[in-house]
Amino acid sequence: MSKTLFDKIWDRHLIADLGGGSGLIAIDRIFLHERTGAAALNGLKAAGRSVADPARVFAVTDHIVDTRPGRTDQTMMPGGQAFITETRAACRDAGITLFDVGDPEQGIVHVISPEMGIVLPGLTLIAPDSHTCTQGAFGALAWGIGSSEAEHAMATGTLRITKPKTMRVTFSGKLRPGVTAKDMILRLIADHGAGGGRGHAVEFTGDCVLLLDMEARMTLCNMATEFAAMTGMIAPDAVTLAYLAGRRYAPNPLPDWSSLTSDKDASFDREINIDAATIEPMVSWGTSPAQSIALSGTVPTTADPKSLTYMGLKAGQMIAGLPIDVAFIGSCTNSRLSDLRRAAALVKGRHIAPGVLALIVPGSSQVKRAAEAEGLDTIFTNAGFEWRESGCSLCFYAGGEGFPPGSRVISSTNRNFEGRQGPGIRTHIASPEVVAVSAITGRISAP
Amino acid sequence: MTPFTTLSAIVAPLPRDNVDTDAIIPSREMRSTGKTGLKDGLFAPWRYLNRDARVPNLDFILNQPGYENSSILASGVNFGCGSSREHAVWALVEYGIACVIAESFAPIFYNNCVRNGLLPIQLDKGAIAALAGQAVTIDLAGQSIACDEKRFAFAIDAQAKAMLLDGLDAIDLTFKHAAAIADWQARDRKERPWVYL
Repeated sequence: MSKTLFDKIWDRHLIADLGGGSGLIAIDRIFLHERTGAAALNGLKAAGRSVADPARVFAVTDHIVDTRPGRTDQTMMPGGQAFITETRAACRDAGITLFDVGDPEQGIVHVISPEMGIVLPGLTLIAPDSHTCTQGAFGALAWGIGSSEAEHAMATGTLRITKPKTMRVTFSGKLRPGVTAKDMILRLIADHGAGGGRGHAVEFTGDCVLLLDMEARMTLCNMATEFAAMTGMIAPDAVTLAYLAGRRYAPNPLPDWSSLTSDKDASFDREINIDAATIEPMVSWGTSPAQSIALSGTVPTTADPKSLTYMGLKAGQMIAGLPIDVAFIGSCTNSRLSDLRRAAALVKGRHIAPGVLALIVPGSSQVKRAAEAEGLDTIFTNAGFEWRESGCSLCFYAGGEGFPPGSRVISSTNRNFEGRQGPGIRTHIASPEVVAVSAITGRISAP
Repeated sequence: MTPFTTLSAIVAPLPRDNVDTDAIIPSREMRSTGKTGLKDGLFAPWRYLNRDARVPNLDFILNQPGYENSSILASGVNFGCGSSREHAVWALVEYGIACVIAESFAPIFYNNCVRNGLLPIQLDKGAIAALAGQAVTIDLAGQSIACDEKRFAFAIDAQAKAMLLDGLDAIDLTFKHAAAIADWQARDRKERPWVYL
């Protein structure tokens, strides 16, 4: 019988049928971070349970840790230090490998897991973090869960899951110059809604997707959670294998993963086709990623008044040309070396507009070092950007460092929710290219 | 976990789509590594005019007369989207919300509800509008909501229903499969040795 990539991984990991469409699924890898990791490990301990196989559990300090140079366990977030120190202690007690503040491998969980070959094709990988779907780019079944489910997975090596339906999203044709994976996923969510993928595991495919490098594929899968999908995934191919070969935790030689594709005549519960040539650089105007438009377009006349009021906008107006206060490049969506290279190419020899605060937060310490080795940091700092240590940083406001009150922010992140980057902060999400050019012009601008 | 059997309360309407977990509990309100101390931060962006001084916003539904002690919320599509933070559910439960009725739920939030004894009910927009502001009785075993003379049936995943009704602990349930898990892993170690570090 023909199977989808999702079905192959599901069937491989199914330990018991729990009835009612649910299954007990084996979990191969677990990743924690200091924001929710300590809660899960402490919860487990309080219940008198232990981590079944700590060698397959990893943790990192990325969410709360400061990104200012010279950082320590001290954080600008009140009480943030406890998240770092308690996670450290809990990981030590449980025998879990932690990539800690100051470690050369430290960085955003969904950036460092691929860097070290912790995610691999065909694996099940979970983390108490919604953007775990990013790692589906490697042909793994990777998805975000809550703390209780993380405890369950650590204690039992399994999760109880309602089997999702399958969806195939096919991007055909060539992207126009200046259009990126970020624009592809924003276009999908804008067209089909923030709930468009609910109940489905999404496989991205099509000639356009196959041409993307691994970092762009991660950007595409990253926002599957903003589409309410369980996950996004891409079948592994030569690009995937070339990326993984030689990574620290990847097997050597790499196993044969060639059967990890959807069979030719496999059927999906839902199909969406998008002509890649029709995708333009996108930007969000509202307070949901679904409230996004092409930069050449205008805010819909049917726009939700609550979103318009929060964003200080009117229906029918253009987003291109809006003056900005802050430009932010970072997050698990767009903070990898290729993102920084493309942004640097656009700001080289130029300077940010007066009054604009511009930040670059590399996705990992490894990305930071690689960028510095090719001089990207100098390009950015000469252009007036701040160059930070790696972490999640101001993708969200945790009560410590924040943007100036009332700021309008152009951001390479994934969420433009009310208050996400701070009370009253107005966030527009877009590609790193759009953020870079907007920082220079001081207005939201197409690359 | 406390079993969920029946619940009688007034339905507090929060008629918005895509209510995200940053709105339910902003990151800055998650001040400790524990699972408690969250109820004052619930809906902080909408509930307070001044978040630091906790000055209530009287326009917000849970601050309005008759709704101060609501234990049922009714909202729109994709409720609980965004961050996977289970703190959103812990905050709702600690505040006293025992059931959320919505047109649809974000998947991680839905599972977090079930793990914490909070009943998520999916209904259509018309039914939710009919229930808003009404005194209702929810019967989980019978999968129905009674409101005056009317009854609204709801569907729920069998696993979720059983766990909520009996207040079961998922980890205890899974440990009953310990032998099957051990067998599977022994087989898998031979077939995919590279998975085991």
